[in-house]
Amino acid sequence: MDGALLEILPSIILEGLLVGSVYAMIALGYTMVYGVLGLINFAHSEVFMIGAVTGVEVFRYLSPHIENPFTLLVVAIVTAGFVSGATAVTIERLAYRPLRRRGYTNRLVPLITAIGISFFLQDLVRLIEGLWHGEFYMNYPSHAELEHTLVLPLDMTLQVKGLITIVVTLLMLAGLWFLVKRTRLGKAIRAVAQDATTASLMGVNPDSIIARTFFIGGFLGGVAGVLFGVLYTQVNPFCGFIPGIKAFTAAVLGGIGSIPGAMIGGVILGQLETLGGFYLPFFTNGAVGTEYKDVFGFVILVLLLLCRPQGIFGKAQKDKV
Amino acid sequence: MNRASVQSFLYPLLTLASVGLLWIFPDTTILLVPVLGILFAGTLIRLHRWSRWSSMAFVLLIGIPVAGLENSFLFELFIQIGIYAALALGLNIVVGMAGLLDLGYAAFFAIGAYTWAIFGSPQANQFIEGGHFPLPGWPYFYLFMALAVITAALVGVLIGLPALRLRGDYLAIVTLGLGEVVRVLANNLDHPVNITNGPKGISPVERPPVDWILAITDRLGLTLQTNHAVALFFYGLVLVVMLAIVLINRRLDRSRFGRAWVAIREDEIAARSMGIPLLRTKVLAFATGAAFSGVMGAIFSAKQLFVSPESFTLLQSITILAMVILGGMGSIQGALLGAAAVTLLNIEVLKSLSEGLNHLRQTGFVLDLGFIKYNFANLSSQLEPAKYERMIFGLIMVLMMIFRPAGLIPETRHKLELEARRKGKAS
Amino acid sequence: MKNLPLTALLLSSALSATVGADTIKIASVSPLSGSQAGLGEMIKLGAQLAIEEASPWFKEKGITLAFSPQDDQASPDVGVATARRIVNDKEILGVIGHLNSGVAIPASEVYREYQLAMVSPANTNPQITERRYPNVNRICGRDDVQGPVGAEFAVNELGAKRIFVVHDKTTYGQGVAEAFRTRALALGAEVVGYDGTEELSNFSSLILRMRVMKPDVVYFGGIYDRGGVLLKQMRERGITATYIGPDAMDSSEFVKIAQDAVVGAYYTTVAGPADQFPAARSFAERFKTRFQKDAESYALYAYDCGNVFVAALKDWMEKNPGKTPTRADVAEAVRAVSIDGITGAIAFDDKGDRVRSDYYIVKFETASYPGKTVKAITQTIEPAP
Repeated sequence: MDGALLEILPSIILEGLLVGSVYAMIALGYTMVYGVLGLINFAHSEVFMIGAVTGVEVFRYLSPHIENPFTLLVVAIVTAGFVSGATAVTIERLAYRPLRRRGYTNRLVPLITAIGISFFLQDLVRLIEGLWHGEFYMNYPSHAELEHTLVLPLDMTLQVKGLITIVVTLLMLAGLWFLVKRTRLGKAIRAVAQDATTASLMGVNPDSIIARTFFIGGFLGGVAGVLFGVLYTQVNPFCGFIPGIKAFTAAVLGGIGSIPGAMIGGVILGQLETLGGFYLPFFTNGAVGTEYKDVFGFVILVLLLLCRPQGIFGKAQKDKV
Repeated sequence: MNRASVQSFLYPLLTLASVGLLWIFPDTTILLVPVLGILFAGTLIRLHRWSRWSSMAFVLLIGIPVAGLENSFLFELFIQIGIYAALALGLNIVVGMAGLLDLGYAAFFAIGAYTWAIFGSPQANQFIEGGHFPLPGWPYFYLFMALAVITAALVGVLIGLPALRLRGDYLAIVTLGLGEVVRVLANNLDHPVNITNGPKGISPVERPPVDWILAITDRLGLTLQTNHAVALFFYGLVLVVMLAIVLINRRLDRSRFGRAWVAIREDEIAARSMGIPLLRTKVLAFATGAAFSGVMGAIFSAKQLFVSPESFTLLQSITILAMVILGGMGSIQGALLGAAAVTLLNIEVLKSLSEGLNHLRQTGFVLDLGFIKYNFANLSSQLEPAKYERMIFGLIMVLMMIFRPAGLIPETRHKLELEARRKGKAS
Repeated sequence: MKNLPLTALLLSSALSATVGADTIKIASVSPLSGSQAGLGEMIKLGAQLAIEEASPWFKEKGITLAFSPQDDQASPDVGVATARRIVNDKEILGVIGHLNSGVAIPASEVYREYQLAMVSPANTNPQITERRYPNVNRICGRDDVQGPVGAEFAVNELGAKRIFVVHDKTTYGQGVAEAFRTRALALGAEVVGYDGTEELSNFSSLILRMRVMKPDVVYFGGIYDRGGVLLKQMRERGITATYIGPDAMDSSEFVKIAQDAVVGAYYTTVAGPADQFPAARSFAERFKTRFQKDAESYALYAYDCGNVFVAALKDWMEKNPGKTPTRADVAEAVRAVSIDGITGAIAFDDKGDRVRSDYYIVKFETASYPGKTVKAITQTIEPAP
């Protein structure tokens, strides 16, 4: 038995990588917004959910017109990215900007607003889907080409859709890295993150930069939503919450505000969760099983915040008067 | 006659009128709204003492119980409002006064509920041998109410000690996580040792005996059915506990601790430099809030006869938070108003609207305004107001934060501050 | 102006109370929203059809027989609150519901306080009737028979030796999974995994464990919304073990979720498919004409529940002409009912269970609903200890 437990390890790591990639992409949205505004955008999990739901709609309406599932998937990814990005910008415009304009002193105000938006959006999507289709639990359709299984060495198997997830994640990250480090927009984002007032004196419009940051984060969240849906089939208006919390944990794990940190945090969390879910029942003889899988993330988050609140890649901060 | 005297004279009349209406149409549950509205108004306008207290006592001790014996759903509603009011008052200390955003508050409610449910049902026989359980309602229920306070406060300290070292927004996420951990534990501690009975929940939970109520009413020449006596008992119990919590809150608000909490909320660093021990003061706020929640948890479990992890979800925590925010963070009257408004909205108003719509849909009612003609039979069954509580709570939170962050009834301190600022501008 | 919302509310609550004095209402309570709305809707419609078909008889006697559908959102809290609303409506003399045993157990405590009769079309948890409440009855079978029926089929007919049991951490799912496991162990099979999970989407850790444990049968105690996803992901990751589930897989939604993976899956059910009952065929046609939908799973049982109430009311009114029954009268009459329903002969024992109930094993031979009945078993299996 012990031999079998070890033999399957590569497969577990592969599964962890898949779910970790999704977390990583969502985590980037949290990290970027936190970087420029110092705000936990609680509603980001709903931006992700809206991406996942948009993807289903694209599959639903374009399947008769587009034969090739790969083209269909690309269309879904791009559409969901734009819809989610637009949602994120709208949230910023309608809820966060009025607060920022008024110059709140209480940190709770934007956070409570974000939670409110998050709950509002869950039911809004439910209402829209309910009125549109009469039900709001949706499934991604199967496509033989996407579900074709590739046999890898070490007894691992990977479906084409899994391979696509990993490739898309890497592409998105490379793109983001280039954008932030090599373009004028990236420079402006970094400037606003460092000091919004000074940046505005240097001719950068913080409002427009903040909006663009929300768009980029939202875009990544939407893409993650489609990949999540394609990988795990079912999506619904409430499916953003758990991945959202986990992605936030991943962002903190990697050091909130740090882009490579979010990436690595996501992958680590995906691994811990899959490994824990697999091995714990064996080691504890069934006393502690898969049912605690979702709790791992929280426990890790609490321990981490207590021992190293700045995360793996973050810099320690001191409160200033 | 000055204005206060006129109001003091009119107020009892108004109270009487609203209660009278409820007595005439006891089956129209919605008439509880004006009764409670007038009750609230009494705490806000200037009244002579006799007028305020006699009117309130009349509503709470005579008005609602008499109507409730006719329509037991009134009791149910008021008990729910009372339970949520206590929860909102507890969370108000944590979020409103001390400024610590706790998103896992329902966990303490769960701990209180399970404290009595486990020992007040055969459940405890699963892990304690001898078949001593369920413990009888008298005197153990009252003992366990106290025990629930202690347990919840202790867990509050345990969770608070690590969590409260964190800054505001991290605290929110960590409490959310820990709240989920408590729920998941309740859901999974049916193995290896069966403590909570997992998702199946615990039932039936013992209730304290109500024979004495029947004995008293018999003496008074009233014959009461047992289920009415039970409802009356819980009504009274919730009322007493709620009033006690309101009193404790008022004392705390004006005490050294209350001032320290507000100081921490307004400026942590300044508070620390004034010599306030940050962690200890915050943990105290956390434990006090948890204690209120614990005692109501025990009452809830006895009232429901049943406890399962599903009652303690994040949505529950958010519901309580929405009450505090709607009423006004830091304000005691605000928390009460918020609890009453949200509970009524949730279990009466939205349900009635849903039922009304359903009725229209079933009978195929046609709305004909000349220019619009709409047949309700075509209305989608997804459009049921009762199902959209998340949307409503979300809207409450966002709109309040953008347009009225201090809430419907701002905290007195806040109000004084605003007045001072206005005067400063005028001069 | 300020009074406008209040007036609107008064109006809407008045609207819901406009039914006349000589009205008897039968309520249905089931989830009409959420992921289990598919099953809940069937309960509502089945009951509605029974009440509508019977109302002319009552009209002749000058009584309006009305139907009041309610939503319990599959949540115990909402269920209890709804129950309190129901007992408060004095015209409601009977309740058809709920879908979830976890909701029905606390809600029936409320009904008992008011002696309001409840007939359940779907609550298979043993505790429902083991409490021996005089007002609580069910038309369907019991988990502690259904689980063992599944186990006997898996071990004796499919020859299962290694079984992996998963449940969804609900009263229903865990209850039926436990009963299945107990019987499977007693029959000598090895249970190589027993896991509960609240997961909705990513079952990969569980499936990896299946890869190591190599089960030949996977039993899922739970509802189709998760069961379908689990089955699909199992097949995607190359687990070929036979899938068996309880009666909550009996929905066309299950096929929609699992798609092609559904082929070869079995479920045990107490709601026999229409092809088993001759009377059921004409019911299915009337159902289709009335609601433009196909009758599925619990619709048949809810229809029978409705007819139990109709029969009980008729019996009582014939014995006591010119009077209207109280709730306690109805509860008593329901317990004494003996009718030929579309799901077979219905009579209740002293607990409120059916004297005779049937179990079916249904297999999906193609990716379409409904599946094909492969075995019918009359209650010969003893409840698990």
